[in-house]
Amino acid sequence: MYQQAKYNEPLLNEIKGEEEKEISVDVPDKLKRKSLNIPNLEEWQVVRHYTRLSQMNYGVDINTYPLGSCTMKYNPKLNEEIAKWFSYLHPYQEESTVQGALQIMYELQEMLKKITDMDGFTLQPAAGAHGEFTGMLLVRAYHEYKGELEKRRNVLLPDSAHGTNPASAAMAGFNVIEIPSNEKGMVDLEALEAATDDTTAAFMITNPNTLGIFEEEILEIAKIMHKNGALLYYDGANLNAIMGITSPGIMGFDIVHLNLHKTFSTPHGGGGPGSGPVGVRGELVDFLPVPIVRHDGEKYYLDYNVKHTIGKVRSFYGNFGVMVKAWAYIKRLGGEGLKNATIRAVLNSNYLKERIKGYYELPHKDLRKHEFVVKPKNARALDVAKRLLDFGVHAPTIYFPLIVHEALMIEPTESENKETLDKFAEIMLQIAKEAEENPEILKEAPHNTAFKRVDEVLAARKPVLTWKDKR
Amino acid sequence: MYPEDLKYTKSHEWAKIEGNKAKIGITYYAQEQLNDIVYVELPEVGTTINKGEPFGVVESVKSSSDVYMPLSGKVVAVNDMVVDQPELLNEDPYQNWLIEIELENPDEANELMDAEEYTKFVEEEEKNH
Repeated sequence: MYQQAKYNEPLLNEIKGEEEKEISVDVPDKLKRKSLNIPNLEEWQVVRHYTRLSQMNYGVDINTYPLGSCTMKYNPKLNEEIAKWFSYLHPYQEESTVQGALQIMYELQEMLKKITDMDGFTLQPAAGAHGEFTGMLLVRAYHEYKGELEKRRNVLLPDSAHGTNPASAAMAGFNVIEIPSNEKGMVDLEALEAATDDTTAAFMITNPNTLGIFEEEILEIAKIMHKNGALLYYDGANLNAIMGITSPGIMGFDIVHLNLHKTFSTPHGGGGPGSGPVGVRGELVDFLPVPIVRHDGEKYYLDYNVKHTIGKVRSFYGNFGVMVKAWAYIKRLGGEGLKNATIRAVLNSNYLKERIKGYYELPHKDLRKHEFVVKPKNARALDVAKRLLDFGVHAPTIYFPLIVHEALMIEPTESENKETLDKFAEIMLQIAKEAEENPEILKEAPHNTAFKRVDEVLAARKPVLTWKDKR
Repeated sequence: MYPEDLKYTKSHEWAKIEGNKAKIGITYYAQEQLNDIVYVELPEVGTTINKGEPFGVVESVKSSSDVYMPLSGKVVAVNDMVVDQPELLNEDPYQNWLIEIELENPDEANELMDAEEYTKFVEEEEKNH
């Protein structure tokens, strides 16, 4: 049985260090600082502190991390090595001295264009939600240019949408209208058609959707939008299900955001750094943020000259280190490799679904893409999630999408092999059995982690946000 | 669970109409579905909001939900107690109202459900889950 390490680890500033010594430097006394409010520790003390903390932590380097909608695939260490080569660059350096960095950005733009079938890309947005917001600003600028912004006030989205979608649309000043899903778990086409008219600015959707179901009517959806002069927006969170098989461009999308930190294997979780490039097609390229990296046949340069640009959306050029890692990942896999990653991600998801579906309820239709949503039969999703931790695997996403009550959203990714999938399935089956025979063990879980069940309600009502509040 | 003297909406708010004013809150079913409520956001006094439009947010550990105006009107009072202690909504969702409004169009009340109709509506909702 799994048992997580547990140390009674003090905060860094509670560890007793050396007495502060007068440092002898040739500086006048009045300019010398008398005390410095940082821990005065030796290297081994700091290393042991962080190593212990890391042993009480969990990550994709330890075991399975099936966090639905987050694509927690393994991040090859080679990407990190390559990113290190660039760590001494400064964003204010002369263009002529950073040709290599610009080449990486240029090639990444080009590769993302090919993967998505878009005509132009900006690499600036710092993460997915930032990409969405940038996309909504592009929608705004486009309709404004056409003189239609005043009447096109509404952004439509399905009731299975990621929560960031309505937030991004609202932040860009649009009204949000929710479109219901049908009994198959897909967008209700009739409801969408009825809600779309000349007040519609855009429809935001992810495909496959958050249930892991491919929106089969996507071409019809695109037709409805374009007939009404509205734009179709692709939330790229689920690109790992279609990459190399089809593309947002083929499906009729106008604007796309990608999450390099999900699909393209750069580390994430714990707040970043992420990267959320935005691609567009047709005349929308004239609205992209500046600068864009271009190549004039001899050298790479930053182009600030974009006709109707919405301006900058991020300081400097975005999270460059993340771009390098994504570039390395794409280069290493190549087109065939990316396609195989997709095929295996979808296969893994469907294999796992088949292994556990007798023990968990599977709402809507059967065939899924890279992730699937189930409901426990005799337990709360929260308790199943907590119990999973006892077996040394990370819990899936829970209580999302909102249209499935007690949802467990499982995305194994292509990283896992059959052995780890079987192991995960067996744990899920054992938990289903426990829910029937010994429900208390779920309700009191986790038992084997460094910290037992935390009081989420108290944490939300009375948050402790700094170490000083801990007192 | 659903007092006779209140009017109800399909989005699970209640309204207690007294003359040309009404107190507004969320129903027993709403707080039960949300589970432990951890955060409440209410509008400023003086804001006028139409029937069916959101006037605030109620957040639980699981999710965050808009709350909608059962009736059109101007906000004349907000209950700061529930902002400071959101758990009051779980303890007694009827004693602990959210806002008080001055009615703009009292006839709108005819479109709301009474306790009996709302009880049936909730039973239907439960069946669908």
